[in-house]
Amino acid sequence: MAPKPAFELPYFYNYRPYFTLQPVRDTREKQIQLWKELILSFCKHYGMYIVDVDDFPLFANKSIERKLTNEARELFLNALVMEGRAEWLGKDHRKCLLLWRRIEDWADLIISWVQENALENGVVTLDEMRTGDEARGTDLENLEMIILERAVRLLEARGKAQMFKGSSADDTGVKFFI
Amino acid sequence: MLLLEAQLSESGRPILQPGEIECQLIDSTDIDLEQETKPPYWNPLLGGIVSLTTHRIIWIERTRKKEPVQSRAFAIPHPAVHALEPPKKGGLKSLFGKQAVKLRIVVGIRKDGALATRDAASAVRVVMVFRNLDSNSDAFVTRFQEVLEAKAWTVIPPTSALPGRAHPGSEPSFSGRQDGSQPSRAFTTAHAGVSGILKREEAQAKQADETLQEAFGDLNALMSKAKDMVALAERIRMRLAGSSGGTGGGTDEGEGSRQEMQDLLLSVGIASPVTRENAGALYHQQLSRQLSDFVGPLLVKSNGMMALVDVYCFFNRARGTELISPDDLLQACRLWERVNAPVRLRRFESGVLIVQARGHSDEAIFAQLAQLVKTPDGTHFGISASDAARALGLPPALAKEELLAAEYRGLLCRDDGADGLRFYHNFFLELDSLQEAAAGQQQ
Repeated sequence: MAPKPAFELPYFYNYRPYFTLQPVRDTREKQIQLWKELILSFCKHYGMYIVDVDDFPLFANKSIERKLTNEARELFLNALVMEGRAEWLGKDHRKCLLLWRRIEDWADLIISWVQENALENGVVTLDEMRTGDEARGTDLENLEMIILERAVRLLEARGKAQMFKGSSADDTGVKFFI
Repeated sequence: MLLLEAQLSESGRPILQPGEIECQLIDSTDIDLEQETKPPYWNPLLGGIVSLTTHRIIWIERTRKKEPVQSRAFAIPHPAVHALEPPKKGGLKSLFGKQAVKLRIVVGIRKDGALATRDAASAVRVVMVFRNLDSNSDAFVTRFQEVLEAKAWTVIPPTSALPGRAHPGSEPSFSGRQDGSQPSRAFTTAHAGVSGILKREEAQAKQADETLQEAFGDLNALMSKAKDMVALAERIRMRLAGSSGGTGGGTDEGEGSRQEMQDLLLSVGIASPVTRENAGALYHQQLSRQLSDFVGPLLVKSNGMMALVDVYCFFNRARGTELISPDDLLQACRLWERVNAPVRLRRFESGVLIVQARGHSDEAIFAQLAQLVKTPDGTHFGISASDAARALGLPPALAKEELLAAEYRGLLCRDDGADGLRFYHNFFLELDSLQEAAAGQQQ
């Protein structure tokens, strides 16, 4: 598979004020909006699910020698959390799970993937779903386990799947009824 | 009208003549004529402020709030006053509680009915009625008598008396003045030519020297000399202005120090400061007006705004020994709106207080700033407070306030990096979303 083309950063990514938390309300709201969109599309482009607050490439721009303060990083991610597009992992707010596709959308994606690969009534492990041959080249490839598990749980609640606990987390099997 | 019309400043303070000093102010005062001498066209002047100066009695119409019309003012020059008839004390009426106090002033009038400063044909009684019973009318009357005795109007103001002007032939003639007694300078060969000029310069230098010596010799003497000092400062300033225009070929440093000197001297000299003693209850209101008159020209020089702290320094320096407290200054500023002054006090978001002309708007400054951030340098590196100060001709502290105000309005945004706080064009508000930004870029 060809490597993904580099993400195209918006031109204002090289504007210094973009990296300073704006104190005026209207301006700040627009700034938060732009950051939220940028973080989501960047993660989606590279298939990233977890943002490390202290080490996320977008948060520092070496070419203009600017980086976001810790306060700004948390603020922008928090804005995503409020919208249900992200979740803090742990109370210290150092890592953030990004849902650039909502759980329901992931669940729908799994259904169509199951149908495409004729896995109805068959059993697959969670791990196979993200690393198996069938997953290669799809958005499920290397999907964060937490997200996958939640999407399957959602399907379980809808009566479309059943999970079987295995000896370890990786061995958890899923049976789909569609 | 029997009385002479008097000039008022924009804020409603009387414009004093050279050498004239305000001695006492009193409010709620009427000026009327005795019944039997009242001409048919006479209207009494009611409820105004009366200012007693060394040269005149000035009645100033009370301004009503929010009324842009200039109030009127009328004056009686002291030379026209023949006598005062102070209110009688302990009369029968005083037994029945307090009454408005009346002061009768006998003034000379010419045959045509106008005020006569000399050679009066007849005399009429002008009645001043002090309606404010709390005001110290006794002190006013006493002061009036003192002033009449002092005859300050016969003294030639020092600015004109000292031969400081460049052309010896163009001494202003005083024959047209009220006293008309000043003999014009006789022309002799001793005063002519280069030696004459040198002699005069020498005499002048000596005189200036003596004034300084006397003044600094003793603080009391300094106080009494304050007026002369102001005149001297004024004269030096005139000379500086004249010589910088004439020679032109000074070194930069010389020019700089001359400019500085001129600036210093420009801010010297309120010859007749409003004080608690001479204004009493009118203190803050009159102080407010005087301050407004004083600040006006300064604002023009400093691009329309000044920090209140600077105003305080300048004002007190100009007042010499009659210093006012910061509190009085603030009160005076707060009264500006009430007295319809052409200047106003303004508070920036940060709490910094400044004084600016009433007509002055931020729009012009914002437009300048908006232009500044769109220059190539401004786009790349932003503008700092000192960049803005240089471009706007304001002190950096005020320039920063303007930047913050422009930011608050959404015109600018900030970069708080290693180079300090810098301001940029606010691109945030131009963008609605990332997609739009990308689309805009591709166009």
